[in-house]
Amino acid sequence: MALVDFPSFRFGVVLFPGSNCDHDALYALRENLGQSAEFIWHESEDLSGFDAILLPGGFSYGDYLRAGAIARFSPVLSAVKRFAESGGLVVGICNGFQILVETGLLPGALVRNRGLHFVCRTVNLRVESTESPFTQDCTAGQVLAVPIAHGEGCYYADEETLSVLERDNRVLFRYVDEHGKATPEANPNGSVSNIAGICNEGRNVLGMMPHPERAADPVMGSTDGRLVFQSMISTLVRG
Amino acid sequence: MITITAEVIAQHGLTTGEYERIVEKIGREPTLTELGIISVMWSEHCSYKSSRKHLKKLPTDGDRVLVGPGENAGIIDIGNGYAAAFKIESHNHPSFIEPFQGAATGVGGILRDIFTMGARPLAVMDSLRFGPLDDPEAGNRNRHIVGGVVGGIAHYGNCFGVPTIGGECIFESSYNGNNLVNAFALGIFPKDKIFFGAASGIGNPVIYVGAKTGRDGIHGASMASAEFDEESEGKRPNVQVGDPFLEKLLLEACIEAMDKGVILGIQDMGAAGLTCSTCEMGGRGGTGIEIDLKYVPQREQGMTPYEIMLSESQERMLLVAERGVEDQVFAVFKKWGLDAVEIGTVTDDGMLRVRNHGELVAEVPNSLLTDDAPLYDRPATTPFRSVPLDGPTAPTTSADDNAAALKQLVASPDLCSKRKIYEQYDYMVRTNTTVPPGSDAAVIRIKEANVSLAMALDGNGRYTALDPREGAKLAVAECCRNLATVGAEPVAATNCLNFGNPEKPEIMAQFIEAVEGLGEACRHFGTPITGGNVSLYNETLGAAIYPTPVIGIVGLIDHMDVPVPMHFQQPGRKIILVGGLLPGVTGDKNLERRFGSTQYAKVVVGQTWGLPPALDMDYEKRVHETVRSIVRQGLPESVHDLSDGGLAVGLAKCGFGSKRIGARIELSSEFPSHVALFHEAPSRVLLSVADENIEAVNAIAAALAIPAPVIGETQVGSLEVQLNGDTFHASIDDLYQAWDSALERMLQG
Repeated sequence: MALVDFPSFRFGVVLFPGSNCDHDALYALRENLGQSAEFIWHESEDLSGFDAILLPGGFSYGDYLRAGAIARFSPVLSAVKRFAESGGLVVGICNGFQILVETGLLPGALVRNRGLHFVCRTVNLRVESTESPFTQDCTAGQVLAVPIAHGEGCYYADEETLSVLERDNRVLFRYVDEHGKATPEANPNGSVSNIAGICNEGRNVLGMMPHPERAADPVMGSTDGRLVFQSMISTLVRG
Repeated sequence: MITITAEVIAQHGLTTGEYERIVEKIGREPTLTELGIISVMWSEHCSYKSSRKHLKKLPTDGDRVLVGPGENAGIIDIGNGYAAAFKIESHNHPSFIEPFQGAATGVGGILRDIFTMGARPLAVMDSLRFGPLDDPEAGNRNRHIVGGVVGGIAHYGNCFGVPTIGGECIFESSYNGNNLVNAFALGIFPKDKIFFGAASGIGNPVIYVGAKTGRDGIHGASMASAEFDEESEGKRPNVQVGDPFLEKLLLEACIEAMDKGVILGIQDMGAAGLTCSTCEMGGRGGTGIEIDLKYVPQREQGMTPYEIMLSESQERMLLVAERGVEDQVFAVFKKWGLDAVEIGTVTDDGMLRVRNHGELVAEVPNSLLTDDAPLYDRPATTPFRSVPLDGPTAPTTSADDNAAALKQLVASPDLCSKRKIYEQYDYMVRTNTTVPPGSDAAVIRIKEANVSLAMALDGNGRYTALDPREGAKLAVAECCRNLATVGAEPVAATNCLNFGNPEKPEIMAQFIEAVEGLGEACRHFGTPITGGNVSLYNETLGAAIYPTPVIGIVGLIDHMDVPVPMHFQQPGRKIILVGGLLPGVTGDKNLERRFGSTQYAKVVVGQTWGLPPALDMDYEKRVHETVRSIVRQGLPESVHDLSDGGLAVGLAKCGFGSKRIGARIELSSEFPSHVALFHEAPSRVLLSVADENIEAVNAIAAALAIPAPVIGETQVGSLEVQLNGDTFHASIDDLYQAWDSALERMLQG
């Protein structure tokens, strides 16, 4: 059920072989946010008519070789690149973030978690910048409870890239403790500078390891994830 | 050409008598390929030859049961046009030899059992048993096995995209040489879209889909039907290798093909691979199947018919389609990038006929492989007892001793938090998990049907070792009690029966007693058994595991909201002990013996002896009814059932929520304090209730003649227990730290 009535836009959820959060994203967008959402098969090259594109979590193409490494060669990705280059909103969640990094739409890399284990738990994220289509409905420094579930979510980038990301306020989310402090203990995977989500230079492409679609329905324990989608909707409303 | 000698027959795990039976039934000597086919279908794992006679004693019918035992999974009606398919299966032997792949393929196998019937898997649970992590000799190996098994389950389930939402993890020396990995899966589908593993329509194509066939897993079913010895290490090549990505594609392709209405029958290739799927599909359909192995997609070169028929390569299915529409089947599988090949046809003669490039290599009646497989009435004496009936007299304890014992218990291997395990599993994918792992029962909402399903796995090898019949009943009672805490009505059960060598009369006696106990309890609690699995020969060098029946029960909740939590939520709430302090203990002459089955005896005294706790099934059932009504009326703020560790451990665990709410308890008891605090009497549930709801709770309990005394009140931060005038205090934070950090420390060794 949608708690608030939002204007409805057309979201495309890309379906790769091995995607497994595809249904969850579709459900959250349709049922919790009242949007029109459809699957896009990985062989499709036509994204016309979509207002925003979501790359869901999962294990695209089995994540053989390296997470996201094969998906970057899929036909739909060249279409997604064009969509992003023309300013369209693209969000990659978990495996979707890994794919965006592999395609070069976002900088850096996602490597095996510190501790080497897959980790599934709800973590605290601090909103680092509200200057983006994905966070504009949040307040600066707001702490969101959003689940993670990944084995290769440790974000890494070289010094130079990091300083550019920080300078331009492109780190949108950081792992923090319940008081909003970015401590080593609050970092579930060893990401550099506790980075959980970043955007591109044009600020229209977001990659994040946590799953906002899992925090969109009250029965899942948190609805904080809605703010990401709500922000996108607000952006689309403004046109 | 290998001649069939006495040695070859023995290598196939067949007795001389069984071989003579084969010759008599087919009227000639079998070929080696035929011998392989027959031996694997006649293995304990596939034929249930030692257990079948006794499994008939289990109840299998119920109002909501749509499909009972004998199919790939049992199916129940969950209302609003939907059904749930579920089953539990063991993968004990492979996970001992190769923990990661053994456990991974265990999950893969049970998932295929669910989606081969048309259901999309929505939940997995695992019941795990290992040797102690600090065992002086086997500790290193046990830690390696735990790491591998958990990693394998995570690898498969996470990639496939099914949440692993619960289970159990127990450590006992008896599992040192033979750990148990029992995997449960549940899936959902419209109840008019059930698919069966039957071959129908003479001349219809028999289609092989999924992974290519390799040499892995040959004789896996036979391996699972023998004891371990020093040479078991050499069986590593028998363990299959799993590919969860391929299975995910297979799931999507199968469901899409089923939706198109072009599949008539479908069966997964699990144990005994192509052999089992061809003869069982023919057997169920009252038809035969003829295949030519030259069409079977192969991963390796030069495989013999024997190897192809016995391979247990994973992620393969066999299906029968309507002649003329098979191209639609091929198109769906091609879309998902999977092999789909016609390898044969359905015939009318009841035979499994196998050709290789046209040449006949095996021709065996289906009936010989299925219904006419040997059936044994194995001799049974009295159940084997590995522990004494009498133990030390536990000394009287002071309040300080009890506080120390509580801290020791919450940090002990069986009772400590299993967070380090379940956080490796994606327990939220599909966004249905309303009660995550770590509670009494796991719960998922079913968006399609507007209901929730609660489920739990329970078994207690220690209780069963002390009394197989009573131990089995206690497992069913606890499982139903777990479901009652979230307000669920138990609907049906699945079981995994893990025992030693049935050829030993004392082990056979354990098996029979436990099965009869399960039957009695399942009848009593109204939970028919719709399927499951028997795993025998769980022995290493002649030492059997504790007899370990594991029961999984699924219950129905008529809404999709988050159920009442297990943790105390607010200070100042009354704590009610539904069932009373120690039901059935007053006047029990065996109390000291029964105390020998507790975690206190195992962990604090350091020994196990005696008898399991006494269970009154009528009383237990009324406790469930009481709790269910109280929960359904929304009266309590928290609900947690008492089991391992007794009242004291139960109270501590209620405090482990994010708010760390403790309790102040006042009790008087005619029994020594360690008994009152730590005895594991069943039929008890702890509630926290706001004052305005106390009267309503009392009225429900009184109507069912169940005592529900107020034993104290919740408070911030500490647990304070006054018993017969002596008081102990414990900080909830301290207990929580000990409980939460124990497993990680033990896993590091």
